[in-house]
Amino acid sequence: MTINIAAKSAQDTLLTVDELQVSYAVENGTLHAVKNLSFAIETGETLGIVGESGSGKTQTALSLMGLLPETATVSGRAIFSGANLIAMSTPELNKLRGNSIAMIFQDPMTSLNPHLTIGRQMSRVLVCHQKLSRQAALKKAADMLDAVRIPEARSRLRQYPHEMSGGMRQRVMIATALLCKPQLLIADEPTTALDVTVQAQILTLLGELQQEMHTAILLITHDMGVVASSCDRVLVMRAGEQREAGDLEQIFYQPQDAYTRDLLAAVPRLDGPVRKHMQSVNNDNQTLLTVKDLQVQFSVDTPGLFRPDSVLKAVDKVSLNLRRGETLGVVGESGCGKSTLARGILHLLPLQQGQVVFLGKELAELDANALKKMRSDMQLIFQDPLASLNPRMTVGDIVAEPLLTFRRELNRAERLERVRGMLKRVGLEADHVFRYPHEFSGGQCQRIGIARALIAEPELIICDEPVSALDVSVQAQIVNLLMDLQQEMGLSLIFIAHDLAVVRQISQRVLVMYLGRVMEISASEMLYENPRHPYTQALISAVPIPDPKLERSRVHTLLSGDVPSPVDPPSGCVFRTRCPLAEKRCAEERPELRQVGNAEVACHLVADETSL
Amino acid sequence: MSVSAADITAPRGRSLWDDAWTSLRANRAAMAALSIMLCVCMLVLLAPALSPYAFDSTDWDSISVPPSLATGHYFGTDDVGRDLFVRTLYGGRISLMVGLVATLVSLIIGVAWGATAGYIGGRTDQFMMRIVDVLYGMPFMFFVILLMVFFGRNILLIFVAVGAINWLDMARIVRGQALSLKKKEFVEAAQATGVSNFNIVRRHIVPNLLGVVIVYVTLTIPSVILVESFLSFLGLGVQEPMTSWGALVNDGAQVMETAPWALVFPAVFLALTLFCFNFIGDGLRDALDPRDRRG
Repeated sequence: MTINIAAKSAQDTLLTVDELQVSYAVENGTLHAVKNLSFAIETGETLGIVGESGSGKTQTALSLMGLLPETATVSGRAIFSGANLIAMSTPELNKLRGNSIAMIFQDPMTSLNPHLTIGRQMSRVLVCHQKLSRQAALKKAADMLDAVRIPEARSRLRQYPHEMSGGMRQRVMIATALLCKPQLLIADEPTTALDVTVQAQILTLLGELQQEMHTAILLITHDMGVVASSCDRVLVMRAGEQREAGDLEQIFYQPQDAYTRDLLAAVPRLDGPVRKHMQSVNNDNQTLLTVKDLQVQFSVDTPGLFRPDSVLKAVDKVSLNLRRGETLGVVGESGCGKSTLARGILHLLPLQQGQVVFLGKELAELDANALKKMRSDMQLIFQDPLASLNPRMTVGDIVAEPLLTFRRELNRAERLERVRGMLKRVGLEADHVFRYPHEFSGGQCQRIGIARALIAEPELIICDEPVSALDVSVQAQIVNLLMDLQQEMGLSLIFIAHDLAVVRQISQRVLVMYLGRVMEISASEMLYENPRHPYTQALISAVPIPDPKLERSRVHTLLSGDVPSPVDPPSGCVFRTRCPLAEKRCAEERPELRQVGNAEVACHLVADETSL
Repeated sequence: MSVSAADITAPRGRSLWDDAWTSLRANRAAMAALSIMLCVCMLVLLAPALSPYAFDSTDWDSISVPPSLATGHYFGTDDVGRDLFVRTLYGGRISLMVGLVATLVSLIIGVAWGATAGYIGGRTDQFMMRIVDVLYGMPFMFFVILLMVFFGRNILLIFVAVGAINWLDMARIVRGQALSLKKKEFVEAAQATGVSNFNIVRRHIVPNLLGVVIVYVTLTIPSVILVESFLSFLGLGVQEPMTSWGALVNDGAQVMETAPWALVFPAVFLALTLFCFNFIGDGLRDALDPRDRRG
């Protein structure tokens, strides 16, 4: 890094951070959130700070903006155009904030004030920093909304944040940040809360705006793919320390530090090798679960006294089947009905229509007691590891709970014995039984959740985004654990995730959902090599690959716009509003799933292979 | 049965309750309040036995005398010659008992009602909460006077009346908590493993809302003591010769100019107790607030 700085002339360096330290006084000593961090950003470049949760990335960003809580102790220097940001008083900082340094936060849902219109929030920045009149400020705000590709910018200014989608709000945040043409933009996980197709749009947009305005970007992220697609230089952090820094290609192709190598190795990829699935123990291809035309609806309040409630079809005629020992991946963007599908299959939600046949029995025909017995064979693993464990119960009690229902003949000692055995099996210690969930890390909590799901020895496990709340290295461990347990116990899995790369690792077949409908079902390797449905193609193309050269050479098919509201889905094919190929027929006729080659695809426009 | 659990020397974890207790102990105001409260309770329970006077007998030699260590009338006597030290402590017994029992009544009914309504939801919830609304609409004073007229003045009636009003607040608070708790994933996990509704409420919902409930309880006790004082002040509370802090303050207020001690001592005890409960409640709220720890 020092070489880099020396090579360029001193004027090009926009921000120099020198020995930055952030620490907090805690109960038993001092917590060092950032230790001795030094780096520099040059005009117009993008520096990526990568690291797992707790590595001090966000603390670094907040300390530059002077936004750390009062309990934090900050030392070191951050020289920005001749002045030290760390030593500045709040009024001095306020002259810079939003003016020459701007920040974009992770969660677009909470970083806009819900009580003010977009126009009001945006114009305030200009009135404050550039002393423009309100009229002039509004005009400039509208221009900026245009620049971030928000359609009908003028009328948007009168809208409130809740009237916009997440992607739209993040664009507003970017527009607000860029209003004063800042020299430095700090983007703290700007796309983490967004879907991949929207993430691709936002990253492309940031890149284009950077070209136009020559802004330097400090991009904080945990996603190696995002780094590969948008950074010039990379700084890898762990536990508050810098592990490695260098040019993008150097970090990716010649990582010097062991941690960087581990991090890169742990990242699931859309290309490259995957762990081989063992052939299922019994090759009789016995069907375990058949779902036919499953439909789950919710009624949504419509404003107005006498208008009937509108119906939200969260899952709309989904059919699938699962063989013993098989893993079926389910992917789709948020709100496409993946989780609802899981709960529908398990009969945790009332079904409007359709059948679920599990172990040869139709669940809807079972009475409450028989269904309860059936539940011992189908279990659920949840997304949020900590929230899915009762904070007031010990780990032992949590894992033992299914036994209280399904194995009533066991006494206390036998239950405890089984729990201890199961904890060992999922990679925890048997002695953890008397501890409480909050004493464990996210990955360990997820192991506890897995132990709870497995203790009654089920046939089917539905995993609802089991790794999306975890760091990549932990993700890999959990995925491997699931695959090991699957082999040992002959489990069948339905693995729901929004991350296509993770699904690719674990699944034999993959089902792609969009707005409650199945778009494509196909064998895993087929789907990723040769996606047939235009939506699958766009989805796969939107996932950034953690390989800078490959990433640069890829052609991205960017989807326009956002996912339509499921209360009022488009007629015909639900994907047609964003489909690059859509034609008249798509609006009129609903495409049914049909066999194309080895895959099943719901699209009018995909040609039959046999007819070719 | 318990042998196996004792055999295993696995480390015990820190429960959220342990954490709360640790952080409560670090709160000086709350700990001071707690120890003062314990002293008051000990005094109220044990000290009357030390005094030679009974709470309802008249000392004809000293009517309306000021406090004096020599006569053994530490707080003086009232205008019929009863020892105020003993009466204040007896009054404390009644006041604290009303506070505790009425709160306990409201706690049990309120938690059961609110947790059930919140967890089951839908029509049942609507029905149960409308009953609460209707009861809210009943004028409290009217209700108490009506009870007094029908059944005569009785300390039990005060428990009933105060408890019957207070559980409504408790039920609303608990229902709100239960509504948000039932959407938590651990409740869904319990449903997925076929745990019955009763056990979900017992094992998962109630323990998780106890934090909020305990804070509310410590703030309810003083308000109940105040209500009792208010009723006694109006002449609807405890019956002579039994007394409570509220009744004593009422009596004392009437002779305030000639015998200020008759007002000051019970008033100080009442105020001290209310202060202590409020401080303990505040301390508990801080200690049980998960935002402090998770962040």
